[in-house]
Amino acid sequence: MKIQEADAKSLLHAQGLPVPAWDIVHTPAEARAAAERLFLAGNDSVVIKAQVLVGGRGKAGGVKLAGSADEAEAIAGRILGMDIKGITVRKVLVAAAADIVKEFYASAVLDRTERRILLMGSAEGGVEIEQVAETNPEAIIRLHADPALGLLDHQARRFAFAMGLGTHWKAGAAVAQGLVRTMLAYDADLVEVNPLAVVREAGAHGTSAERLVCLDAKITLDDSALARHPDLEALRDPDDEDPADREAREAGISFIKLDGTIGCMVNGAGLAMATMDLVKRAGGAPANFLDIGGGARADKVAAAMRLILADPKVEAILVNIFGGITRGDEVARGLIDARAQQARAVPMVVRIVGTNAAEADALLREARFETAASLDEAAAKAVAATAGSRAGAAAGAGAGSPG
Amino acid sequence: MSILIGRETRLVVQGITGREGEFHSRAMVEYGTSVVAGVTPGKGGQTAVDGRVPVFDTVVEAVAETGANTSCIFVPAAGAPDAVMEAVSAGIRTIFCITEGIPALDMIPVVAMVREAGATLIGPNCPGATSPGRAKVGIIPGSVHREGRVGVVSRSGTLTYEAVQAMTDAGLGQSTCVGIGGDPIVGSTFTDILERFADDPETDALVLIGEIGGAAEEQAAAWAAEHLAHVPRVAFIAGRTAPEGKRMGHAGAIISGTAGTAASKVEALEAAGFRVAGSPTELPALLRAAGYRG
Repeated sequence: MKIQEADAKSLLHAQGLPVPAWDIVHTPAEARAAAERLFLAGNDSVVIKAQVLVGGRGKAGGVKLAGSADEAEAIAGRILGMDIKGITVRKVLVAAAADIVKEFYASAVLDRTERRILLMGSAEGGVEIEQVAETNPEAIIRLHADPALGLLDHQARRFAFAMGLGTHWKAGAAVAQGLVRTMLAYDADLVEVNPLAVVREAGAHGTSAERLVCLDAKITLDDSALARHPDLEALRDPDDEDPADREAREAGISFIKLDGTIGCMVNGAGLAMATMDLVKRAGGAPANFLDIGGGARADKVAAAMRLILADPKVEAILVNIFGGITRGDEVARGLIDARAQQARAVPMVVRIVGTNAAEADALLREARFETAASLDEAAAKAVAATAGSRAGAAAGAGAGSPG
Repeated sequence: MSILIGRETRLVVQGITGREGEFHSRAMVEYGTSVVAGVTPGKGGQTAVDGRVPVFDTVVEAVAETGANTSCIFVPAAGAPDAVMEAVSAGIRTIFCITEGIPALDMIPVVAMVREAGATLIGPNCPGATSPGRAKVGIIPGSVHREGRVGVVSRSGTLTYEAVQAMTDAGLGQSTCVGIGGDPIVGSTFTDILERFADDPETDALVLIGEIGGAAEEQAAAWAAEHLAHVPRVAFIAGRTAPEGKRMGHAGAIISGTAGTAASKVEALEAAGFRVAGSPTELPALLRAAGYRG
C-alpha cells in the first residue's frame, strides 16, 4: 500500500527523523492561513505541494512556490481540483520553502536477491535513483543491514561519510538508522527520502545555521503486514483505490481492472497472469486480473463474479481453476449459485482441473455449463463467445447460457 | 535420485490438524510419501489422517520419536516464521513453507538462520515439491505428474500444475518439480534449485516457469548459460499483458519502470539458451525441439 507524502513524513517524524513542519489543507483559504503563519514566522516563501499518489506531480504543475499569502491562496486554488494523471487533487501540503545548500538521496528497500534490508544513498539528490543507477551507478552507496541486528552504528557512520555529508555526518548516520527503524516499525517495503537536504535556516540575531532534513518522503507498506498495524489502514488513500478494488480487498481477492472484454476468474496469481496472456494470444483482451486465492470457497466465487460483472465492458467470462489447495467441486458449487443470482447474462466458459475435478465436472455438466479441457481451449472459447455476443447472438449462441 | 525429496524423505507436517494440513497430509500419504509425524502444540498424543500419523507437541519430539528429516509447514502466517525456525532448531534439513501472507520483513532473519544452519528452505507461499513415484510434499496434485527425467522449477503454484500437466500429457515425465514461491523474500531461488538439478544424474532437461517482478529469472538465466550449456531447457514467463506498477497478486509480481518486465526476462532467458513458450502447452514440443529425447 502506498501512502501520501504527508503521511510518510508523519511516520518519519514519529521515528525521530528531522522533517520540517508542514500543514495539510483542503481549501485555498486554509492555504492562505497556513502561509500567513509561515510568513509571520520570518519565512520568505512557501511551497505548496499536491498530495496525490502518482509520480511526476512537479512536472504536472502540482508543486509551486509562493512569495505572499495572496499568491499562496491563488496557487492552492489552481492546484486543488487539478487532475494529475487521472487523480483529482483534494489536499495540498503547505510548508516553508527550504533554502537548499545541497541535495542527497537516501532510502531503505527490501533487497530480494540478498534477502536483507538494503540502504541506498547518493550525493545526487532530487533525481530518480533509477536514473542515477543508469547513468552513474558508482555514485550509489549500498549497504545491507544485518538480518538479525539491523543497521549497526558503524555502518550508519560509513554510509554518512561515503555520502559526502561532511560536517553533517552525525545527522546523516541518524537518518540512516532512522530509515531502517521506520521500515521495521511499520513493515514497509520502501522508505525513501528524496531529497534529503542540507538547508540553511534563519537563526537568532540574523545568523543562519545549516541542518540536514527530509524534504520529501515516500513509503510503501507491505500489504501482508497491515493486519498488525490497524492504525496504518487509516492512511489508505481512497483515490488510489476504486470501489471495485476495495470490494475485492475486503473479500480477500486480488483484482486489477484492465481495459478488455473478457472477465477472468482464476486461482493463483501466476496462472491468472498466464490466463490473461493466453486470452490476448487468442485474439481477445482481458477485462481484469483476478486471483480468488488458495482454498477459495463459494462465497469468494460469488464475490468474484460480482466484481467481474460490475464492469459493463465484460462480454464473456473465463473461469480457470487448477485445484491444489482449492477444491474444484467447491468452486463449481459457487459458480452454480452465483449464476443463479447473476445480474446479467454473460456467456461463461469454465475449466476446472486438479483436486476434486471429477466431482466439479459432474456438477457443471448437470448444470449445463460450457466447459473446456485445456487453458488454450478455454481462452479460444471465451474469445469466440465475445465475438458471438457482439454479433447480437447473446442468448442463443453464447457459450455458458443456462440451458 | 531426484532433488530435495525422494524415497529417503521422512516427513513431519507442522500444523497437521488444521483444515489444509489434514487435507493435504492425507493426499501426501495417499501418494506414498512417508509422513511419519505431525506437530500441533497441545495435541501431542493424538493421531491424524485416520490414525496413521502420530501428532506431537513439538518438532524436537517428532524428530526424536520418528527420525523425521523433512518438514512441511501449514501453520498460519503469524506463526509460520517461528515454525520454520523450530524445524531448523530440531535439526530438520529440508523445510517447505506452504503458508502465504507472511510479512516480508519477518522472513529476513528466518532465511538467515536457515542458511547459517546449512538447511534448505523452500517458500514461503509455495506449493511444495514432488519427485514423481517417490514422494510429494506440499499441495501439488499428485495426478499431474509422471515419472521421468525433466526437472521443473517455478515461482508460481497453480501455473506449475498447468505446465507439469502439459508435460505429463505429452509423455514427458519429471524427476522433481519444485515451486519456490511468489513472495519477495524466499528461502531458495531459481538459481539454488538449478544448481541442484545440475548435480542430479537423473535430471536430463529443465523447465523454468517464471513471472514478472524482481530479477530472479534473469539471474538464473545467467547462471544457466554458464553451467547448463548442454542441458535442453525451456521456459514460460507469465505476465506479458500485465500493466506497470500494479501488483499482480503475488507480493513479488510487480513491474516497476523497466525492471521485472516479461520482455526483459524472455530476452535474458533466450540469450541464455532457453526456448521460451507462448503457452504452457507448448513446453513439451519446445523441449523436444531443444534436443530432449525423453
